[in-house]
Amino acid sequence: WGGAAGDSGGGNDIQWCFSQVKGAVDDDVAEADIISTVEFNHSGELLATGDKGGRVVIFQQEQENKTQSHSRGEYNVYSTFQSHEPEFDYLKSLEIEEKINKIRWLPQKNAAQFLLSTNDKTIKLWKISERDKRPEGYNLKEEDGRYRDPTTVTTLRVPVFRPMDLMVEASPRRIFANAHTYHINSISINSDYETYLSADDLRINLWHLEITDRSFNIVDIKPANMEELTEVITAAEFHPNSCNTFVYSSSKGTIRLCDMRASALCDRHSKLFEEPEDPSNRSFFSEIISSISDVKFSHSGRYMMTRDYLSVKIWDLNMENRPVETYQVHEYLRSKLCSLYENDCIFDKFECCWNGSDSIVMTGSYNNFFRMFDRNTKRDITLEASRENNKPRTVLKPRKVCASGKRKKDEISVDSLDFNKKILHTAWHPKENIIAVATTNNLYIFQDKMN
Amino acid sequence: MLRGRRRMESTLDAQSLISISLRKIHSSRTQRGGIKLHKNLLVSYVLRNARQLYLSERYAELYRRQQQHYPDGAPLLAMPACPPPPAPPELPVLPLPADTQDREVRSCAAVRGGAELLEGPVCAAPPELQRAPCRDSSPGFYRAAGSAGPGGGGGGGSSAAPGLLYAAGCDFGTGGVPHCSSRTTVLDLDTHVVTTVENGYLHQDCCSQCPCCCQPVAGLASPPPAPGTKRKYYPGQEEEEEGVEEGEPGGGGVAGGPPFAPCTKRARFEEYSAEHPQDSSNISNLISIFGSGFTGLVSRQQADSEQPLNGQLCGKQALASLGAWTRAIVAF
Repeated sequence: WGGAAGDSGGGNDIQWCFSQVKGAVDDDVAEADIISTVEFNHSGELLATGDKGGRVVIFQQEQENKTQSHSRGEYNVYSTFQSHEPEFDYLKSLEIEEKINKIRWLPQKNAAQFLLSTNDKTIKLWKISERDKRPEGYNLKEEDGRYRDPTTVTTLRVPVFRPMDLMVEASPRRIFANAHTYHINSISINSDYETYLSADDLRINLWHLEITDRSFNIVDIKPANMEELTEVITAAEFHPNSCNTFVYSSSKGTIRLCDMRASALCDRHSKLFEEPEDPSNRSFFSEIISSISDVKFSHSGRYMMTRDYLSVKIWDLNMENRPVETYQVHEYLRSKLCSLYENDCIFDKFECCWNGSDSIVMTGSYNNFFRMFDRNTKRDITLEASRENNKPRTVLKPRKVCASGKRKKDEISVDSLDFNKKILHTAWHPKENIIAVATTNNLYIFQDKMN
Repeated sequence: MLRGRRRMESTLDAQSLISISLRKIHSSRTQRGGIKLHKNLLVSYVLRNARQLYLSERYAELYRRQQQHYPDGAPLLAMPACPPPPAPPELPVLPLPADTQDREVRSCAAVRGGAELLEGPVCAAPPELQRAPCRDSSPGFYRAAGSAGPGGGGGGGSSAAPGLLYAAGCDFGTGGVPHCSSRTTVLDLDTHVVTTVENGYLHQDCCSQCPCCCQPVAGLASPPPAPGTKRKYYPGQEEEEEGVEEGEPGGGGVAGGPPFAPCTKRARFEEYSAEHPQDSSNISNLISIFGSGFTGLVSRQQADSEQPLNGQLCGKQALASLGAWTRAIVAF
């Protein structure tokens, strides 16, 4: 099913297998353990997660075992650190949550790895470096650190590096603070690898990675009178190849593409992507379900994908008046919007992602289901992230939700769906068919079944 | 009568949506991390939609009563004499958004025609309407409200409502000459007090655009409420506008400023009917809080409007005063 990355495209279907699951087994979820973001680095060797408790956990893929050609390396914990702490803004009497909203990796330039992590207000640049040697043989210090009496030193020696157990250290290199009045929802690194943008509900700022005391405001949609507010910014991303281009999505279901060369303040868009609403679908909740929760450029840069509550849309950057493809994620929820409004699920912000070759897109749903859509074959599949399927190399069984009428065997009815089990964050390895799927507090890793 | 029951159900659902939304806004003020602007904006849209439906239902009820009382067919609304009714209900004084010029024209016609048509769409609500307090097939309700009138549907969902609003807001005691009611009920989200004020003139909601209505001047005077009614406490809102921008604690519900502002100062949609058959009359009255609010939901023209309109000053006053619920939202 689907075209694998690196495949010729018309080839075999992907059979997804359970690989690993990380996180606590208990049903009782500690709030701090709720995963809030998942991101592979540019090589796919590292996988970072952020949680509500402000922690970042990085997994590293083991080097492929040449003898075990039927599986790729496993991901094991590489580094864990506390990125953000809860803060209190005394001026506004507001508590600032430590929840990590987004993590974005920088491309690797030297031995160390760098990533940006952000909570609602502050962005931090973290350096993750390895230490596998330590100097030994100091003249004035014992091995345990105690100072030697200089008078006992009779000979001099040059300290040498000796191997030690690998230690991975994370240190904050830059802290970009005090630039956002509203809650940060996105960060995106420019293709120039020198600048990045951060977006909150009403503004987008441009930063230089080296400079923390200044940022440039490039989008400001705050009205003069807040009572006139009609929409907020929900996501923003730089174009993968054009360093002057970025997009931002709004709560009204529109996407604006801006060119930073046009003016310093990009309040006027170069392109506006909007699909007219279908009047027959109008409801109390039309505005909510049209709000875009995520926007992602394809790797090629030719397309972008948006996620709203019920669907995923693929847009061609050359066509503004409608998406080129629309995929229904869980249309059976349309008749349940009232209940979903009552229990707040209608406000869930699902993310979406592309595979490495831009041929398949993936997004999450409820009941720990996640969905993939093959753009070439137009086929889609629903899979479940569950510990019940946790035998490695067991092929996942496709799931089906029965919207109405007689429920077939193995189908699950809409009313049986567990809306507390939601998959909001998913990530696809940039080169391989390996996916990371976050349930509430567990991280699942699935791979395609290699022959 | 089955039709009546269906109508009541959809009104109940709109009411329950309104109360649910109010609860969400209120609880958002105490959530960790501060008020989420995005979520509250979306909730306000639901509120607006539910309110539109609720008001259109009330108008339909009015119309029916009118038909009963005036079987000879006296016109319900002197619509031709009125200028096109402006905005959707939450800010009645505002004209419609710039892109709905033709909507305004349509809406006047819509109201004339819609008065009869409203019966239709409401009763055409999907037969699968259940008695559940909050139904899931919401399209039915909204469609009922929105499709009234020849131009309705889709984005024109609000087109019928403005005219309906105005009719609903005015009493029809004497042969088609409407006058404004004098009873207002408000909920203060800070003190959780629901207050009904008698004889508080609030004409801006219905008179500002409709010269056939009564004089608006009285609205400015803010006469003191009749004795016997509970007085309302509102922290001063003018200084809070600034304070709210900077982020008052808890979203601005703190005491401060002029200690007493009669609730007539706030924009309130008038609850004209003295009959409240439902037990949820309090809830139905909560709609009145949302006289002000995100004006941008409606239009951007108000700030630019140069036209002197009757009751314009009332409208500006309404605009200037921040509703309690917007304080909850605009907490930065």
